[in-house]
Amino acid sequence: MKQKLKCNRIWGMMLLVGCIMLSMGTLAWSDDDEWFEHGNKHESEYGEGKHESAWQRTTGVAVVSNKLYKTECSACHFAYQPGFLPARSWVKMMSSLDDHFGENAELDATSRTAIEQYLRGHAADRQPNRFSRSMMRSIGKRETPLRISQTPYFQRKHHEVPARMVKNNPKVRSFANCASCHQGAAKGQFDEDAVRIPGFGNWED
Amino acid sequence: MKKYFWLIPVLLFGGQAQAGESVVQALTGQYQQHGAGLADAAHGKEIWQQQHMQKKLKKRVSCASCHGADLRRSGEHLRTGKRIEPMAPSVNQERLSDPKKIEKWFLRNCKWTWGRECTTQEKADILAFLQSL
Ligand code: HEC
Ligand code: HEC
Ligand code: HEC
Repeated sequence: MKQKLKCNRIWGMMLLVGCIMLSMGTLAWSDDDEWFEHGNKHESEYGEGKHESAWQRTTGVAVVSNKLYKTECSACHFAYQPGFLPARSWVKMMSSLDDHFGENAELDATSRTAIEQYLRGHAADRQPNRFSRSMMRSIGKRETPLRISQTPYFQRKHHEVPARMVKNNPKVRSFANCASCHQGAAKGQFDEDAVRIPGFGNWED
Repeated sequence: MKKYFWLIPVLLFGGQAQAGESVVQALTGQYQQHGAGLADAAHGKEIWQQQHMQKKLKKRVSCASCHGADLRRSGEHLRTGKRIEPMAPSVNQERLSDPKKIEKWFLRNCKWTWGRECTTQEKADILAFLQSL
């Protein structure tokens, strides 16, 4: 009987230690993420923003930080960073998901509202990052673009990229496929030195 | 006390494999309460491949247009080219394990591909077809 009790206690200890190790693992993980999100180890040049504070000197565009948005809005394509469009664009887009660029992307009301809230809060007009500010400067006050790829800022940055590398390239198909050319797209990295166009190799101009 | 320890791994890993089947069973039950008869996998296969005119795209499409001809392998979104993980639950355990997700995509994909919502019978047949793969 005593033997059995002792055995149980050893099992209990092992479970406890296991649990503590698991939770420490999770902590370390989220620490990593934070650093990733706010750290400035990725960007090499900041171009336009010479007077930015350290806080603002993050990645060119803030990385996606909402799980629901990521799951729901990356099923058919890359999860675009909310910092690429103004809040009014996201609001308009979220109100017509049943005809989303010719696709049906309908959502239940709860998810729709939650995602819209996230997008509005992290839109280009709410972010200090370089690409967000350049984007806002290029869009007229009364314009509500729905496509990132049709904003003046985007078109200025991509006018040197010919159709044979995009539309007529079966591995790219459309400018909407950011991640097919920008290797670091998911981490908010869109610098020209990290561009590799499938079938054409590294971008050099 | 100790004789129940074997339950831990069983609960942790066993639940996963069973989940898909019971979700399909429960959904099929609901469809049958709303007018569907017995689920017919062969009919499910047939309508899965049936071509319909997609008005906005001006092309004929079917469920296979994105999910691919071999459902044990990955497909590709017709317009964006994004990879779609295999549909067969036998190779992709995440498939058919979440009723909300299944209903969401039935709604979107039936409307987009066929121009209308699927009937409860069609949904029961398609689930039976996918489950059989
Ligand atoms: C059912 C598939 C599907 C889902 C789900 C979906 N989209 Fe899209 N989305 C598309 C397609 C197709 C396009 C057009 C792509 C193209 O032109 O190459 C598109 C384009 C876009 C664009 C414009 C890209 C550009 O050209 O700059 C944005 C922004 C966008 N989607 C945001 C979202 C958001 C936000 C969600 C989540 C609420 C979402 N999408 C969910 C299919 C989808
Ligand atoms: C066909 C490949 C391709 C696709 C698809 C593509 N880009 Fe680019 N992008 C480039 C190239 C090449 C450059 C650099 C152009 C130059 O300056 O010479 C660039 C530059 C940029 C820049 C400017 C970077 C800087 O440091 O100034 C941004 C921002 C950007 N892209 C965002 C996007 C976004 C967002 C998408 C998707 C909506 C996208 N790109 C899709 C090829 C692509
Ligand atoms: C335009 C492309 C496209 C077409 C056409 C299409 N689907 Fe889908 N379908 C998707 C995408 C994208 C997903 C989500 C993929 C993922 O979760 O990885 C999906 C997911 C699903 C799911 C959810 C499966 C699960 O449990 O994860 C079902 C069910 C489904 N589709 C049924 C259909 C049926 C039935 C048709 C024909 C009426 C169809 N699809 C046609 C793109 C498409």
